[in-house]
Amino acid sequence: MSLEASRVTFGYGGRKKQMILQDISLSLSPGERLGLKAPSGRGKTTLCRLLAGYEKPLSGQVLLDGVPLYKWRGACPVQMIWQHPETAVDPLLRLGDTLREAGPIDPKILERLHIEKAWMDRYPSELSGGELQRFCLARALQPTTEYLLCDEITAMLDLVTQAQIWKFLLQTAEKRGLGLLIVSHSDALLERVCTRVEELPEGM
Amino acid sequence: MNGRKGTLIFWGVASLILFCLVVIGLFVEEAATVTDFSRTNLPPSLQYPFGTDWMGRDMFQRTLAGLSLSIRIGLLTAAVSAAVAFVLGLCAATLGSRVDACISWCIDWVMGIPHILLVMLISIACGRGFTGVVVGVALSHWTSLARLVRGEILQLRQAPYMLAAEKLGVSRLKQAGRHVMPHVLPQFITGLVLLFPHAILHEASVTFLGFGLSSEQPAIGVILSESMRYLTTGKWWLALFPGLSLVFVVVLFSLLGDGLRRWLDPASAHR
Repeated sequence: MSLEASRVTFGYGGRKKQMILQDISLSLSPGERLGLKAPSGRGKTTLCRLLAGYEKPLSGQVLLDGVPLYKWRGACPVQMIWQHPETAVDPLLRLGDTLREAGPIDPKILERLHIEKAWMDRYPSELSGGELQRFCLARALQPTTEYLLCDEITAMLDLVTQAQIWKFLLQTAEKRGLGLLIVSHSDALLERVCTRVEELPEGM
Repeated sequence: MNGRKGTLIFWGVASLILFCLVVIGLFVEEAATVTDFSRTNLPPSLQYPFGTDWMGRDMFQRTLAGLSLSIRIGLLTAAVSAAVAFVLGLCAATLGSRVDACISWCIDWVMGIPHILLVMLISIACGRGFTGVVVGVALSHWTSLARLVRGEILQLRQAPYMLAAEKLGVSRLKQAGRHVMPHVLPQFITGLVLLFPHAILHEASVTFLGFGLSSEQPAIGVILSESMRYLTTGKWWLALFPGLSLVFVVVLFSLLGDGLRRWLDPASAHR
């Protein structure tokens, strides 16, 4: 029972056909918090997109409990939290609608993420990045969710908000046995929150 | 009164003017063709505000009838063009890369030919007249709107919030209704309204050049091309007033489109 990437190779189509990820393998078990670090441009976000099933690897497989992930239909147990929350919410939709898009959210989650009732009627352009990121987290924490891929989710937030969000995430992951993949440039953060840290090897 | 209210009022007034033009034009169509040789070549006066021509026809009524015809042709062609654009843009964006390449090629191909030339050729091929003009204008004006719809949908499909919705198990239909339509529809409707001025001007120019509506129809293009012969003899009112009123209608449509764009602009949607 785990999320596994086995010998995944991937590159975006284009003239150069350059591979970004070459033969990458990693596995993430429930309850585990895997930290991932690498210099910019080495494919951390791309790996997240593959692990979340947004892209299909050119060779190798991403398996969730032994089943290829991109074949998954309906609510996916692997949810990705994007680095830029303002792109991950529809600018024309009130945040309440965005939040309830996939189904009702446990009010306790909203309370623990400090999401205020008044924000529900606002549009994304009226809230800050940190506030939007809370919505993205709440939205991703569906009852079906088993793995969260956190792609530098607090990189642009102030320290207080960072601390709040990580405290919440660690508690929730603990309670629900979620597997977390945490991508970050901050060694201090990875050391503090992860059970295991890996460095992404260089591609071609 | 804020900007949105003002735009709304302008919209109401402008649409009312255009609607009245169409209706009045329909009623005076008969009277516009009445010839009366006791009143030929009269300059503008209170009784004949736009003057009369060499056959004694009231130019004011002819202009009204012509504008009405132009607007009706504009509505018809813009609607057909927009429908074609929407369907092709949607297909190009959703049916895979081969369909996309094929449709994009068609768009480039049609865009590569000068509009007026294409309208003329199609109009001649369809036997000129009303059908020729409508088919010609409708088949040459869909390209830019189709490209817009295609680009917009392609971009939306890659937007993180669409990808996230998909992974959250939101159904395709709900995705289209919630995320795609609110983004595409305002652009589409604005594009549709902005098609009118183009369509009307091209209809008039093709008719002016003699490849469009036949000369017994009270079209602005016909009026203008006929008046050319009398302009040098000092009958300035034959071309000036019909020309100005055509510009007036086109500008009105154009302002309608701009107003609509501002009104539907995402940034102003909740102002």
